[in-house]
Amino acid sequence: MNLHEYQSKQLLENFDLPTAKSVVAFSSEEISSLISELDGEEFVVKVQVHAGGRGKVGGVKITNDIDEIIEFAKDWLGKKFVNHQTGNEGKPVSAIMIAESTTIQQEFYLGAVIDRSSQSLVVMASPEGGMDIEKVAEESPEKIFKINVSKNKKEEFDVLPLVNGLGLSSNQTAEFKKIVSGLVNLFFEKDLSLIEINPLVVDQNDSLKCLDAKINIDENALFRQEDLLKLRDSSQENQKEIEAAKWDLNYVALDGNIGCMVNGAGLAMATMDIIKLSGGFPANFLDVGGTVDKERVAEAFKIILSDEKVKSVLINIFGGIVRCDVVASGIVSAVSEVGVDIPVIVRLKGNNSEEAKKILSESDLNIISADDLSEAAELAVKNSG
Amino acid sequence: MSILINKETKVICQGFTGAQGTLHCSQAIDYGTNLLGGVTPGKGGQTHLDLPVFNSVKEAKQVTEANASIIFVPAKFCKPSIIEAIESGIELIICITEGIPTLDMLEVKELADKEGIRIIGPNCPGIITPGECKLGIMPGFIHSPGKVGIVSRSGTLTYEAVDQTTKVGLGQSTCVGIGGDPLPGTSFIDVLKLFEEDPQTEGIVMVGEIGGSAEEEAAEYIKEKVSKPVVGYIAGVSAPPGKRMGHAGAIISGGKGTAEDKFNALESAGVRTVKSPSEIGQSILEEMPS
Repeated sequence: MNLHEYQSKQLLENFDLPTAKSVVAFSSEEISSLISELDGEEFVVKVQVHAGGRGKVGGVKITNDIDEIIEFAKDWLGKKFVNHQTGNEGKPVSAIMIAESTTIQQEFYLGAVIDRSSQSLVVMASPEGGMDIEKVAEESPEKIFKINVSKNKKEEFDVLPLVNGLGLSSNQTAEFKKIVSGLVNLFFEKDLSLIEINPLVVDQNDSLKCLDAKINIDENALFRQEDLLKLRDSSQENQKEIEAAKWDLNYVALDGNIGCMVNGAGLAMATMDIIKLSGGFPANFLDVGGTVDKERVAEAFKIILSDEKVKSVLINIFGGIVRCDVVASGIVSAVSEVGVDIPVIVRLKGNNSEEAKKILSESDLNIISADDLSEAAELAVKNSG
Repeated sequence: MSILINKETKVICQGFTGAQGTLHCSQAIDYGTNLLGGVTPGKGGQTHLDLPVFNSVKEAKQVTEANASIIFVPAKFCKPSIIEAIESGIELIICITEGIPTLDMLEVKELADKEGIRIIGPNCPGIITPGECKLGIMPGFIHSPGKVGIVSRSGTLTYEAVDQTTKVGLGQSTCVGIGGDPLPGTSFIDVLKLFEEDPQTEGIVMVGEIGGSAEEEAAEYIKEKVSKPVVGYIAGVSAPPGKRMGHAGAIISGGKGTAEDKFNALESAGVRTVKSPSEIGQSILEEMPS
């Protein structure tokens, strides 16, 4: 789950990380009174969407003119923000953050993520702040400094490699230690999967300040993070994916025209790949999970067919514990119940698959049965034209 | 021989009396697995599937002398369950459950490594030595005892590899599902090492997917340490970046973890790769020593 910048900032403040003072506006009318809470002459104004790269398409403004801020809010609120990160659909803007402007002497990057290889929390810092850190990692990896933090001994870590890497003064070092401690506590207490403070800056008083923050939270831990769950803004998420999640279906929309319904995430990816190998284009990833019954298949059909590009559907089920004839009956009922009128290619593997084939072929519906995966994919491609 | 489990393995189940535990334990018993009992706190003293139920792993171990435990408890209770198994001295822990918070696994893995305990999973189909011991949710009937070791991050995709290696007549020594989470208890390298040392295993099938760099690390290992033929497949060539494809660990982030990179790493390590999972069986048959 992702947070908005203003929500991330609030979390940083809760863990005593220094930030620039800011307010959030949900309407242009409240801006004048909100700004009176801020100090200084100049303000940084940003649209709040779950996407980076906002500055390049006019989503960030620096100004000392309150009227300009009100205009900015009127321009953006209720509109969609579109850039390369959001895709063509864009993301709705329902909030604007206004922060006191900071005079920047130096920009750093500070982040933390679970590192799969070392199986620990890795805290990273780089003097190349304000830039895309992935680009830094690629072009000048020697400018990224890392330390490992153990979950069971989270007090025992040494920030020195980071301090030296950033070239901090002794005053800044004390501040930096506090920031890293706060960051580690925040990560562990709130079940984060990623935090990036970019940039972490040295301001006009030689002090460190977190100017922008990106936070991702581990979806699997939301059951114990009720306060964070309240911060979920589902308007920023794909509506079909949300609908699918209600049924415990894992759905990801893609650009092609062949709908896919598969049990198991790995096999679902493999099915997409094999469609591509056969010259077609998958319309989605969809893992129906372990229980392939009529209700779930029907819901999966509804989600797949809500994408108007879909011209054929490939169902690929490896019937492990569940018998294939039971799955076949479920598919037949679901196809007639939902009223599927495009070709459905079904490949069922496993127990009782012969019986299953008979059920499918005797159904009088637009269902084509296939034996192996390649044949199924070819049929799906042939029927999608 | 086989790896990790055989007909002598003494097994208990945590989450024994729940729906999942009941379904899969009864199948394991039918398969011939040496299942000796289960643990459900508060139900100690009862009998389930004709086997004793215990209140704690410690008690179950004392009575049954179990050395392996298969866990079917819900995700939010997995951390204490795995820790209980570690602290009771269970040597092999198989956790099937999907959806365990990553930080829970981080904590559990540190503890298991310190104690020298092996965890398989979570979010996996389990492990099977065909004809001897089935610890998981895989359909037993597609397996046959044989020569190919299979290691995979996916469930149903493993079944594809199993089914094909059975059909071409090779059969399997042991099949290990290491699971689709970002922090698996057992890595590809751990399993490759065991397959290399196992005389029954003559060839290896490795099924990876997008996300992380476990396949690249495995490729390095294969290049240096594995003499047996390896066939590799990676799922997710057509997956878009930045999107989680079902498994918590299956995500291309920051340009890292693409199927292309993984295929390249495997190929440069001398692994025979297949671009379609339906070619796994035939390819390993061709690669096997005659």
